[in-house]
Amino acid sequence: MLFQCRDLSVFRGERYLLTSLSWQVLGGEVWQIRGENGSGKTSLMRCMSGLAPQSFEGDLTRTDSLLYLGHKAGVKADLTVLENLRLQLGGSLSEDSADWLQALDYVGLSPFVDEFAYRLSAGQCRRIALARLLCTTAKLWLLDEPLTAIDTLGVRLIEQQIDRHIARGGAVVYTSHQALELTAPARVISLRGEGGRPDVD
Amino acid sequence: MSTSLFTKVVHRQLLLAFRRPAALLNPLTFYAVVIALMPLGLGPERQVLADFAPGLLWITALLASLLSAETLLRSDYDDGSLEQIVTSGGSVYLAALGYVISHWLITGLPLMLLVPLFSQLLSMPTEGVLALVASIGVGTLLLSALGTLGAALTVALRRGGMLISLLLLPLEVPVLILGAGLVERAISGLAIQGLLSILIGLAVLAVTLVPIAIAASIRISLEV
Repeated sequence: MLFQCRDLSVFRGERYLLTSLSWQVLGGEVWQIRGENGSGKTSLMRCMSGLAPQSFEGDLTRTDSLLYLGHKAGVKADLTVLENLRLQLGGSLSEDSADWLQALDYVGLSPFVDEFAYRLSAGQCRRIALARLLCTTAKLWLLDEPLTAIDTLGVRLIEQQIDRHIARGGAVVYTSHQALELTAPARVISLRGEGGRPDVD
Repeated sequence: MSTSLFTKVVHRQLLLAFRRPAALLNPLTFYAVVIALMPLGLGPERQVLADFAPGLLWITALLASLLSAETLLRSDYDDGSLEQIVTSGGSVYLAALGYVISHWLITGLPLMLLVPLFSQLLSMPTEGVLALVASIGVGTLLLSALGTLGAALTVALRRGGMLISLLLLPLEVPVLILGAGLVERAISGLAIQGLLSILIGLAVLAVTLVPIAIAASIRISLEV
């Protein structure tokens, strides 16, 4: 069990976004969180990742071995591509520089390894963050809108990494309006907004 | 065992400071300009300047540190680096300590090395120079710890500039009094060991305990 919540309510200020959610994420599972804009996808993600411990009520347990990729990619414009990967502050990163270079090659950034991130496009910056997926040892991946600014080739790349991670017994939870094509179909949790109880399929 | 957040934060901050030397040079330039203006404002009378020198040098150090504190965590908040620290499962305390130490290395250490030069612009008696270097060196460490705390408390507010001064000044005034007093005593030929010990003790306390508050403030700032 990598994540579990019982009778979880998430709120923003005075307003409840969702209530009475009981849900479990096991190794080998992919979950897609769906819902309209403002229905609380990101807020739920932030509660799951431990960024918002004051924004929920109910029981919540999760593994420490966690990779969180939010709307902000954590990419520093003044660092080079390689430095961004090497000095990124999220945990559970491989220590091997060969792994970093291989990951950057895989996401198509090998010609830009020593280029400053401010010289790259938004999509390329996003790919630096995606390179983390290739060299992390985290068991649970929380990907909040991973497809933002990513082209079709990049989407394929994310799908392959998720498949690989699942095959190794990891788990992925992602939010997106677009479904990914995965070998193991994603299970869906639909948020209704306005404090409604989400549907867990 | 992965590289600790402390090492990573210090490495990042130093690298960024050298990429954008403005961060490194701004506080020093500010310091140099203010000190260079003093003889123009107060008159070139050597004795007058020398009398005021310890206080002036210390007040300027405090203001320079305050100036650089505001932007300390801003970019790491904006680009999501702070989120990564909190979700990494590593120690936020160590990351906070990294910010304090790197801020001191970028602002405190260069000032400590250059302050003898500035003291001579104000014709401060040379008996006080060693005490000045020691008190600025230790004192700026305290100011860096408090400055990082102020930055962490206000980073989620869009316009935290005024608030951060309001928060920090009461905390930093004792450092100013101790630091300037120490230099005055050294100039008058009195023993400074006592005051210096208090200042060092306070710095040790601040560097070890303030990161706890910084870590908590970072977590709270990310909540919104």
